[in-house]
Amino acid sequence: MDIIISGLLLGGTYALIAMGLNLQYGVARIMNLANGELLVLGGLASFWLFVFAQISPLLTIFIVAPFAFVGNWLIYRFLLRPLVSRAKTQGQLEVDSILATFGMSFIFVGIMVMIRGEYFTYSFLAAPFEILGSTVAQNRLAAFGMAVVIGLALYLWLNHSRAGMAVRAVSVSPDTAKLVGINVARVSALAFALGGAVTAVGGTLISTFITLDASVGVIFTMKALIIVIMGGVGDIRGAIIAAVILGLVETAVATLIDPGLTLASAYLIFLLVLLFRPQGLFGKRPT
Amino acid sequence: MRTNDWQSIVIAVVLFALAAIVPFIANGYQLSVAVTAVMYVGLATSWALFSGPTHYISLASGAFFGVGGYLVATGMSDYNLSFWLMAAIAPLVAAVLAILIGLATLRLSGVYFVIFTLGLAEMVRNLVSWIQNNFLGSRGLYVLTDFTEAHIYWMLLGVCAIIFIFGWWLGRSRLGFALRIIGNDEAVAKHVGINTAWSKVILFMTTGFFAALIGAIIAPRYSYIEPNQVFSPELSFLVVIMALLGGTQRLWGPLVGVIPFTLVWEFINSNFSNFSTLFLGLAFLLIVYVIPRGFVGLLQTWGEKIRT
Amino acid sequence: MKRRDFTKTLAAGVMAASMAGFLATASWAADTIKIGAVWPKTGPLAGGATVTQGPNIEMWVKQVNARGGLKLKDGQKKIELIEYDDKTNPGEHIKAVQRLATQDKVDFIIAPFGTGFNIAAAPIYAKYGYPQIAVSAISDKIEELTARYPNLFFTLGTTTSFVEGVRDILVDIRDSGKMGNKIAMVNVADAFGIELADAARPIFEKAGFEIVYDKSYPLGTPDLSPVMKGAKSAAPDAFVAWSYPPDTFGLTEQAIIENLDVKAFYTAVATCFPAYAGKFGSKINYNLGAGGVNPDTPAMKAYFKAHKELTGKEPDYWASANTYVSLQILEQAIEGVGESDKAAVTQYIKDNTFKTIMGDIKFENQFSNRFWTVGQWQEGVFRGVKSVNVDGAATIQQKTGWN
Repeated sequence: MDIIISGLLLGGTYALIAMGLNLQYGVARIMNLANGELLVLGGLASFWLFVFAQISPLLTIFIVAPFAFVGNWLIYRFLLRPLVSRAKTQGQLEVDSILATFGMSFIFVGIMVMIRGEYFTYSFLAAPFEILGSTVAQNRLAAFGMAVVIGLALYLWLNHSRAGMAVRAVSVSPDTAKLVGINVARVSALAFALGGAVTAVGGTLISTFITLDASVGVIFTMKALIIVIMGGVGDIRGAIIAAVILGLVETAVATLIDPGLTLASAYLIFLLVLLFRPQGLFGKRPT
Repeated sequence: MRTNDWQSIVIAVVLFALAAIVPFIANGYQLSVAVTAVMYVGLATSWALFSGPTHYISLASGAFFGVGGYLVATGMSDYNLSFWLMAAIAPLVAAVLAILIGLATLRLSGVYFVIFTLGLAEMVRNLVSWIQNNFLGSRGLYVLTDFTEAHIYWMLLGVCAIIFIFGWWLGRSRLGFALRIIGNDEAVAKHVGINTAWSKVILFMTTGFFAALIGAIIAPRYSYIEPNQVFSPELSFLVVIMALLGGTQRLWGPLVGVIPFTLVWEFINSNFSNFSTLFLGLAFLLIVYVIPRGFVGLLQTWGEKIRT
Repeated sequence: MKRRDFTKTLAAGVMAASMAGFLATASWAADTIKIGAVWPKTGPLAGGATVTQGPNIEMWVKQVNARGGLKLKDGQKKIELIEYDDKTNPGEHIKAVQRLATQDKVDFIIAPFGTGFNIAAAPIYAKYGYPQIAVSAISDKIEELTARYPNLFFTLGTTTSFVEGVRDILVDIRDSGKMGNKIAMVNVADAFGIELADAARPIFEKAGFEIVYDKSYPLGTPDLSPVMKGAKSAAPDAFVAWSYPPDTFGLTEQAIIENLDVKAFYTAVATCFPAYAGKFGSKINYNLGAGGVNPDTPAMKAYFKAHKELTGKEPDYWASANTYVSLQILEQAIEGVGESDKAAVTQYIKDNTFKTIMGDIKFENQFSNRFWTVGQWQEGVFRGVKSVNVDGAATIQQKTGWN
């Protein structure tokens, strides 16, 4: 029981890390290597507001989300859009976006180091909570709740709204989407900005129970890449299910076998999934 | 051979000879920059041997490099084996690992291959730390040798020479031709009777072999090996980025990526030490937007301009 | 000029400037003494170095320059500090030290941050003859290393003495009848954690303890709750973690949530950080951690006050003071010799006793056998409770729950 509950909570954390990248890569086709830094930036905002203005991280998300949305929209519009337009092939875009977002990740780290070089550490809801005989931390539970809300909202929006349908169309095929009159550039910018906002909000929540610092982003980028690919590009369900699988596997291995093997086993599961499903859990084979 | 080839060979030999005398004329700092540069030239060029023609971007360089550094460290520190023995074993181990990865990834393409190699590198890193922790135990992994930076530099330069000769041979061999066809269209390659699987696996193996060899040679420079550091994912990313900056379609592409990259990196680190990360990021962006076809493209454009 | 051409020219300009900077040698300014420092401002070790290393360098340079500079034979000279960021990468570190030595031609260099970096840089310091007071390094190979590098000095202690300090504390509590002999031990699976855990197993067992839970966890583990649940279910009397900063925070938080009922709770690096008490408040009262200071001596009080005033930050309760001590030693040795003579200063450090904020320091075989090994949070202050040859240890208090 401990394993299932702790595993689900960890899965929620992973979903927060990966959902944003799923939108950014799946729709806007940008493999965003600055994803982890953006997450840490959300954490830094939360830390700063909590320590110096006593604002609860649960309120901070409402400040972080619009800023991150606008910021990411601007990044896409002015820095990434030119790369999309000039790229002749998907491969070329991948190369360019790797180079550009890697540069952005350095810039983010540089800015955060100037603001605060030490750890962003504070206590928020760091108290026990009993569910079904298992002790969990309240801050993790709160983050899990928000992950569920965000995941559900995204899923409903994507599948039951006009704008969501446009986003899905672009994700499946930008060229065909153009033919049916969808403004691909605008939809991509929207998806990129929305993805950025989700990631930054994730960082805000995660900073309540994981000690972050300015340089730690790359760890989250790698985890997010693994989850997005494992779930299959361009399907929000894939990312969420992959996140939960990793959470459960890591917790089970830590509890039953050895905590030393948690990360190794998570990567092993990822590798196995790709060996048997080379397009990820929910990915579609290219035609 | 055509005169063109002879020209290239003469240029290559002259450049190599010039590179070999660097330790005699450079000061300590310039030499240590040169060591870093040749290390990345070796890594990026051997990476591009596979990734250039096939367009498969591998993020496993860090894993192979780590295998090299780690095996040298544990062999010397825990088992009192000689550096030379471990430096010989390490690339073979990495080559076997690379074959296994190569076979496992045959069905993967595009971004799935990229992230698979990243996940694999991370798994290896965690597995090695765990094995070190539970079975080997350690009072720290020390690699204490009498090598100077110049020795390490020459060894790396030798490895680079081998990589270039191999790459040159590959470019005119049947294997190289097969790889280019695979890169253009894998289905066509299969049609004309190319064993696509083995061509890819063999090349991937060479990449792993050389990366581990370079990792092994670098280990004495670090003196104290931390598993988490030597299996650095950052290294994998940097290798890819330098190779892409240069251009992967020509053998000398990564070379012209690494050298300006290293110089700009040093310039920023030494002049803006408090904001170096920020400025490095800005430099990246500048390069991406201003030099869209890599340095190879830039040089070719300049070459055309001069001729006309 | 078109915009595109302009950016191209700009790029070419940057490139040319890089080339020039790379080849140029620094000019001499004789009225200052040049001191170099390389430490991680970014990367995994940056969070620790920004607390322990950076502020002390800043404070020391400010203090020395405020009193007119270092007193040398040809008059007082102010310090010109040249700092580089090694990005927690040994290759970058080596390059930066080489740059300081051969390009900037600095007079002295402040030793690196962390065991691995001190050892990686030792050959270069030795090659150019710079004294290296490796203050933030602990190792069990000190004898071999100092024999190899005649200008390398250690002040923070050996791996074994750290473990022995913890053992002594646990034995004291057990023998006073307040605690059983079951220990749960975890470690971060990185060089430092592996080394300490490896040293601890035989030492704890020899002292009659039973290690009931002994696991490692990888660097960057996002959820330590399974580790804490596992440790708790083994019903230990004491909990020992050879941990790094992020997991020191993480393990403590999980222990509070699981209400781990132990008589002694030890976490290693960063337990002594002011941020640790800032995060957990009174809940971590009587927690044990690596290091410690005696905050009640007048010298230490003055140090804490000056640190806060000059850098705006609180020092930690362990390596901060040690780092400052290493700078005091360097300062006194340079002034004692009276000129920028690296060999003479190295010899001076070997031959003399130094008056520091931690009392008198003297090196024997390049090793100062005076350091704190275990500290304890007592009513908001982290006090040294176990040391090797340092006076003023506070009395150990019994941990009583997480309130």
